Amino acid sequence: MTGPGEGTPPAAPASAASSTAAPTADPAAPPRRTGRRGAGPRSIASRLMENRWAGLAGLAVALLAPFVDATPYALSVMTNAAIFVMLAAGLNIVVGYCGLLDLGYAAFFAVGAYTSGVLSTRFDLPLVATLPAVLVVTVIAGLVIGAPTLRLRSDYLAIVTLGFGEIIRVTANNLDVTGGPSGIYGIPGLTGGPVSFYYLTVLIVALAVVGAARLGRSRLGRAWRFVREDEDAAEAMGVHTYKVKMAAYVAGAIWGGLAGVLFGAHLSAISPTSFTFLQSALVLMAVVLGGMGSIRGVVVGAVVISVLPELLRDLADYRYLAFGVLLIIVMLVRPQGLWPARSREVAK
Amino acid sequence: MSQLVWNGLFVGSFYALVALGYSMVYGIIKLLNFAHGDLYMLGAFIGFAVLGAAGGVSAAMALPLLLLVLVLTMGVTGLAGVVLERVAYRRLRGAPRLSLLITAVGASFALEYGMRAAAGADPRVYPVRLGGTSLEVLGARVTLQQLALVAVAVLLMIGLNLLVTRSREGRAMRAVALDPRAAALMGIDVDAVISRTFFLGSALAGAAGVMAGAHYGKIDFMMGFLIGLKAFTAAVIGGIGNIPGTMLGGLLLGLLESFGTFWLGGEWRDVFAFGVLILFLTVRPTGLLGERVTERV
Repeated sequence: MTGPGEGTPPAAPASAASSTAAPTADPAAPPRRTGRRGAGPRSIASRLMENRWAGLAGLAVALLAPFVDATPYALSVMTNAAIFVMLAAGLNIVVGYCGLLDLGYAAFFAVGAYTSGVLSTRFDLPLVATLPAVLVVTVIAGLVIGAPTLRLRSDYLAIVTLGFGEIIRVTANNLDVTGGPSGIYGIPGLTGGPVSFYYLTVLIVALAVVGAARLGRSRLGRAWRFVREDEDAAEAMGVHTYKVKMAAYVAGAIWGGLAGVLFGAHLSAISPTSFTFLQSALVLMAVVLGGMGSIRGVVVGAVVISVLPELLRDLADYRYLAFGVLLIIVMLVRPQGLWPARSREVAK
Repeated sequence: MSQLVWNGLFVGSFYALVALGYSMVYGIIKLLNFAHGDLYMLGAFIGFAVLGAAGGVSAAMALPLLLLVLVLTMGVTGLAGVVLERVAYRRLRGAPRLSLLITAVGASFALEYGMRAAAGADPRVYPVRLGGTSLEVLGARVTLQQLALVAVAVLLMIGLNLLVTRSREGRAMRAVALDPRAAALMGIDVDAVISRTFFLGSALAGAAGVMAGAHYGKIDFMMGFLIGLKAFTAAVIGGIGNIPGTMLGGLLLGLLESFGTFWLGGEWRDVFAFGVLILFLTVRPTGLLGERVTERV
């Protein structure tokens, strides 16, 4: 947990790039926080990492970032990073809290983006008016894919979601409604300019992140973690594991779908190439790198994964190779991620 | 009609070869090796490199040479599988299943983009192209080369089945699959058996890769992704972990796809295959020949 400093170096510059709130300010949290683990004083690194203001500091950085650099390129990168944070927060519910490996998360992203895109361009609706439809469609998508697979072993879920991701992409590629391979363009924006859209995105994403964290701490969140740790024991204790897993899956679908709406509004055009397996794998990468189940870690991981490629443009060929190797190394050496979740339940 | 059947069986035999590796690894350590499809891709590229090194080939020598390359590639791909297991999976054997799955995704990613960095993103054209004479068999157009490839696939499968059911090694594999701890107590070197399983499975995938390269003529670094998914589907249809079931599943998936393409059009082929997968998981998750296994706690 208190890996001497190895968690912070990527964390600090990353949140400086742009970040959103990792919710930590929990007024109801017990004030007794330090020394719970017993042995000795804590390192500065871990105290910084567990500071309750870290989330608000991240939000402040995200809000101040445009004052440092407000070129259209920088704003676009930051908006993308914020949307990616939302995706990661959603996938964190599924993978981090509930321990279900979803390899087709981009499918929900696509469902959200396409539903809002198709409705707004076909019927000339403002984007906000498509939200109810987006919610309904993503929930249905989550139920359709979750219902047959969540009863089975978790490995099956992984590969079925992988297949589902492909189905959605291929379908979007083949149908006329979705514009085929060239996709949909002319999606209306949510606000006037890129700056206001950035702030709106940060605000929405911050809410989504706080919401995901609160959900993770609720009664349902505890059930998710129980299922993750030991499904059979959870079942024996009276947790309806199927329903609980389904709740996690549908919640993840909603987060992904809403992020898709933001994505469409940001780019004003979407095409099937935005929703490949690569996208799903990158979101997973962000969750695993940051620390599964740790909302702060996931936010930082998402910012790193989305901003890093912009900084390393020259190394494009080796980028994904490095991601793959990193994924293996993280699992071998530090499976809890760079900024792991601190369990609230232990050591009362 | 018989053309559709033949096409299905032909593609199905590829699926079956790849699916066998999936199924064997799953049977023995209960891991979905996502990198398996990429070993198929690796095999195709190794065959490509060896054929390129051999230089120009006359059409008459194409088939014997291809068989030689096939054997060579199987060895190399098999070793790659063993290394993969040693580096990425062995240390995590006691870890939560999620860690193993994520590692496998990482391995798949690393293989795909490693190959992209090494060989470039553009598709490569295979130096050997099996064109050639075609026969009419029951109204279906069949080329001799297709027949040869299917024959190789069938021989490999028969060989594997004999190995697993008749040999000492095979008995050790089945023992480890049944209960690794008891097998270890009986004096079986579990790590070695798992290594051998990876070798066999990966070698079969490599063979399929070379054959696909020679048949389709084009290879690229993402070619393993889709076939990995299809192979898993085939394994699930037949019953994952069950070797004859997996072969049956591969052929069946090939047939289903062939007819599905005919009815729905080629662009829906993959959607149809995954639809079948989801249907099977809903109705009969243990597959056609799989036995119902109870989870042990």
